[in-house]
Amino acid sequence: MKGKAHKFGDNISTDLIAAGKYFHLRNNLKELAKHVMEDADPEFVKKLTPGDFIVAGENFGCGSSREHAPRIIKIAGVSAVLAKSFARIFFRNSINIGLLLIECNTDGILDGDEIEVNLEKGIVVNTSRNTEIFFIPLPPFMREISESGGLVEYVKKKKTLG
Amino acid sequence: MGKTLVQKILSEKLGKEVEAGKIYIFPTDWVFAQDGTGPLAIKVFRELQIEKAFNPSRVVFFLDHASPPPRSELANSHKLIREFCGKIGCLIGEEGDGVCHQIMVEKYSAPGQIIVGADSHTCTSGALSAFATGMGSTDIGVAIALGKVWMKVPSSLNIHLEGRLKEKVTAKDVILYLIGALGASGATYKALEFTGEGVKSLSMDDRLTISNMAVECGAKTGLFPSDEITREYLISMGRENDFREISCAVDAPYEKKVDINLEEVEPMVSLPHSVDNVFKVKEVKNLKIDQVFIGTCTGGRLSDFTKAAWILKGKKVKSRLLIAPGSRKIFLEGEKERVWKTLIEAGGILLPPGCGPCVGIHQGVLADGEACLSSANRNFKGRMGNPEGAIYLASPITCAASALTGYLTDPRETDS
Repeated sequence: MKGKAHKFGDNISTDLIAAGKYFHLRNNLKELAKHVMEDADPEFVKKLTPGDFIVAGENFGCGSSREHAPRIIKIAGVSAVLAKSFARIFFRNSINIGLLLIECNTDGILDGDEIEVNLEKGIVVNTSRNTEIFFIPLPPFMREISESGGLVEYVKKKKTLG
Repeated sequence: MGKTLVQKILSEKLGKEVEAGKIYIFPTDWVFAQDGTGPLAIKVFRELQIEKAFNPSRVVFFLDHASPPPRSELANSHKLIREFCGKIGCLIGEEGDGVCHQIMVEKYSAPGQIIVGADSHTCTSGALSAFATGMGSTDIGVAIALGKVWMKVPSSLNIHLEGRLKEKVTAKDVILYLIGALGASGATYKALEFTGEGVKSLSMDDRLTISNMAVECGAKTGLFPSDEITREYLISMGRENDFREISCAVDAPYEKKVDINLEEVEPMVSLPHSVDNVFKVKEVKNLKIDQVFIGTCTGGRLSDFTKAAWILKGKKVKSRLLIAPGSRKIFLEGEKERVWKTLIEAGGILLPPGCGPCVGIHQGVLADGEACLSSANRNFKGRMGNPEGAIYLASPITCAASALTGYLTDPRETDS
């Protein structure tokens, strides 16, 4: 996975990712995805190339349980979100819908850096700065859900949750 | 070693000892969604191609966020939810019935249960000693079908309360103080458990306000022990049989202990745009307030409005004042006590029971540069529908005192 980093700060809430003023678009995720991150950076969608990464600080995805937030990040073409920490509902929602999250030290990644994620090795390579950041992969159960494409596919495959 | 409340509830449900940090599949007692998250949960349920709900009598959909709907898309969501509920035979909270979390505690939640809701403030039911936690639409769609969820057992932080609150200081000030101390992610992946003599001095309304905001420091849930106050509350809701006593062991393995002396808590305010940006009200000078909102699952209960009415009786507000009862039941009880009359005579605008302007859809969207002081739980940028508006969080008493002057005001300085 290769792409450009779009850098955000701490406490990026689901209100910033999927604003309440677009509540009426929740049943039209493609339309809603055109407004992803709008209240954090109104130009985000214009700047995004599919495959890019969102990179943030602590507590990414805090606030409301709206699963529309990780869904529109995925629909917009973001390949993964890298953050120092994630709010727990956002974290489980992302696993359940198959959006890749990487919890790692993001201090060394600046806006516009070219980065490469190697999931097998658990490394983020910052090619712009020639640095490597290690991360701990997800626990096996969560990885299995995520790699199935999400909880719906997992349940359909297993015929149960366990 | 004894068990935390979390370990007690979850071990009992699973029929075996659970360990903090490990993932298990848990059965659910209640599964719910609201009008913002419900349509997606229904879509997920349909994608599973499982025809029936696991137990429709334990599934509830609430029409509270956009209620009554301000636009056709949202009206269509309500229609979709009603049709789905009719088809699978589950329960519904209609437009005007109130906020999901308030109706859950009035009608359904009980000590020892596992409750999952597609709304982050599901943790409110923790006040009744239920392991209640917010999840997303996919979890809820799956739980409707299977009656199960996957969860990592959280470790617990012990919030030990001593003493009693002073006059004009409320539970909202306590939870704002705690979130300020822990930080917005200070309890992420963990649970809060409240203990100590101070717990006994807190009413159920107080406890609900505190548990409601557990998620604002990242917590999975915020649990109070189930005691005589819980019993009395359930009796008042006509549900005495739902009562059972549960508390943590004295030697429960807490990750950390935080001591709060309730006597020392002062009126607090959370400044934009993060809930943990907390100050004492007296430290913030000359802050003009354009709109005051008293309502929601945090600060929209009868005692919140009676406190506001006590401050505002016979006076006129200088800020716009919006008031939204948390439920139909609260509305009717407030009617008996003439609370609405007092607030409307003071200049208030009464909104229907529901989430009101808290979610930024309708009924009080802010203008550019305006400041709103709210008894709700979130002050994120854009939360009330306009990223150019600023949201401040405080207790209903501080809200009322500030509406009176038009500026953020320490209620201890107000005559009443």
